[in-house]
Amino acid sequence: MAATWQELKGANVKIVTKNFGVAESHKLGVYQQRGGYEALRRALTLQPAALVDEVKKSNLRGRGGAGFPTGMKWSFIPKDAKLVYLVVNADESEPGTCKDRELLAYDPHMLLEGMLIASYALGCKHAYIYIRGEMMREAKIVQGAIDEAYAAGWLGKDHPAVGGGGAFKLDITLHRGAGAYICGEETGLLNSLEGKRGWPRLKPPFPAIKGLFNAPTVVNNVETIMNIPEIVTKGGDWFAGLGMGKSGGTRIVCVSGHVNKPGVFELPMGITFRDLIYDVCGGIPNGRQLKGVIPGGSSMPPLDASELDVPCEFDALMNDPRIKDVEVRPGVAFDLGGGRKLKTMAGSGGIVVFDDSTDIVALCARIMQFYAHESCGQCTPCREGSGWLSRVCKRLARGEGEAGDVELLANIANGIGGNTICALGDAAAWPMLGFLTKFRADFEARIKPKTIGIPAAAKGEAA
Amino acid sequence: MPLEFSVQSKQRVERLLSRYPTKQAALLPVLHVAQEEFGHLPDDVIELVSRTLDLTPAHIYGVVTFYTMFHREKKGRHELMVCTNISCMLKGGYGILKHIEGRLGIKAGETTPDGAFSIVEEECLAACANAPMMICGDHYFLDLTPEKVDVVLDELRKRFREDPKNDQKTEKSVPLSRTLFGVGPGGEKV
Repeated sequence: MAATWQELKGANVKIVTKNFGVAESHKLGVYQQRGGYEALRRALTLQPAALVDEVKKSNLRGRGGAGFPTGMKWSFIPKDAKLVYLVVNADESEPGTCKDRELLAYDPHMLLEGMLIASYALGCKHAYIYIRGEMMREAKIVQGAIDEAYAAGWLGKDHPAVGGGGAFKLDITLHRGAGAYICGEETGLLNSLEGKRGWPRLKPPFPAIKGLFNAPTVVNNVETIMNIPEIVTKGGDWFAGLGMGKSGGTRIVCVSGHVNKPGVFELPMGITFRDLIYDVCGGIPNGRQLKGVIPGGSSMPPLDASELDVPCEFDALMNDPRIKDVEVRPGVAFDLGGGRKLKTMAGSGGIVVFDDSTDIVALCARIMQFYAHESCGQCTPCREGSGWLSRVCKRLARGEGEAGDVELLANIANGIGGNTICALGDAAAWPMLGFLTKFRADFEARIKPKTIGIPAAAKGEAA
Repeated sequence: MPLEFSVQSKQRVERLLSRYPTKQAALLPVLHVAQEEFGHLPDDVIELVSRTLDLTPAHIYGVVTFYTMFHREKKGRHELMVCTNISCMLKGGYGILKHIEGRLGIKAGETTPDGAFSIVEEECLAACANAPMMICGDHYFLDLTPEKVDVVLDELRKRFREDPKNDQKTEKSVPLSRTLFGVGPGGEKV
């Protein structure tokens, strides 16, 4: 075990943030001066299948929230597919997450290079970037980079000297969303990209079999794709070796809330929450104590102050015995299906720290308000349940809770979890149960004592 | 006379259609073009988009009302999108929203009578490390305090007074916008 986090593997390595702070880092000329598009040249000398193997070897995991192994996702595309789409999910909207917006603004060409390599590996000829509608500034920067890449011949022209034999040509289209959290869910995103409401689809079929315009499709997060050029340059083994366990590479975290130095940081995968909060982010301001941490965007159950020695790594957050199981009621663990227990997840890397002055019930009520607002309305448990959670939480936050409200919240959340088409239902249910598990007393304290209605006259007061 | 797109918008629509295998897929981008030209999306604009993309008005209505950025009603020239989600809430986002509401004399969801400002209470806008924050046009206003908000509102008000007819939503070089690393994406020190 390393004595300090700086001695961990990968502590001095910057991959996706390596050009941050460089003047004009979003310009093609600057990117190429710093070695940009060299990884693409190398990739084009390899067989597509060899690239997929390299990404598999790298242990790169999806950085959008689920942490699914990227190489495996790619390998689900049928070998004989004639038409394949790559879609980059740049619809960053998970509360507490602000990494992709920075990545898009500072290094759009790294994304384009990653997309070119991924498209070559997957056999994709037209790739889309689905960017969040509110990110108007980033959309301009990315469109500027796409225009530069077309003008320079990286896009829209045949690339010769291809390892696989035939020529390779890629088009990229930037597609702006219009304000809907649900479009970050990959099948909701595909429906939105097809000009429909962003309603998630039933799976199976998964997008790898039937995705955009019914063709096999890979949907990857911005940060995930931006790791691809470095994996090609330095090799899958190098990338896997940087990480921890089955999670390759570095960890991008966005830290916000009650810390002295909030920010977006690229850190070693194995860094613990304690080192992250008290060393990298300079601790809690105003001499306050930490009350809890949301480890991966507001969908994830929080950690309390006793659980900070766990690394920010994907599997640790799901399995580390130091993290308490999320419960439906005291002593009864929430069942993820097949008896699997829920601790929490690394999610999108959005880490929100809150101190001991925080009104936990109001914070939780705000999270529930968000999911109630963003529920797409397809599935009854989520549509009705998220609004119900929000209303009961707000009632408690106002100090008007009724006896049984805490049990009611747990029952509603338990009725949503696992019973919806997409993960938005779970995204409301999990933090609700997590907050109740870790901070139950805060909720119970908001239940109004029941006053028994004694008529004023009986108390000897004037009526 | 049925409503028509301007020549410039027509060209943009043509370019958009060339990027997708189906006309329907261009619906969101075409609605963005329409909203930029007409300001909002009332029935006659929906009917125009319906003719342009061979889609039923009902389908387009369903899409328009699903997404929060498409407006059926006219909005103010400067749309202040103020985040109150958790990271901003923990750093005083509701205080900022209240301050703006007080300064403009309207509530979130409303537009000032002169059409200068609309306020939108927004969900997380992905600038959590610089909470509290808001967006106006393509500008991010970060690490807000009531004093900073006052400077921004005064500046935007001045611009509206000087040129009330300018429907250009993009705000350029308004002070107080900075990014995390002290260097803007254009390389400028901020």
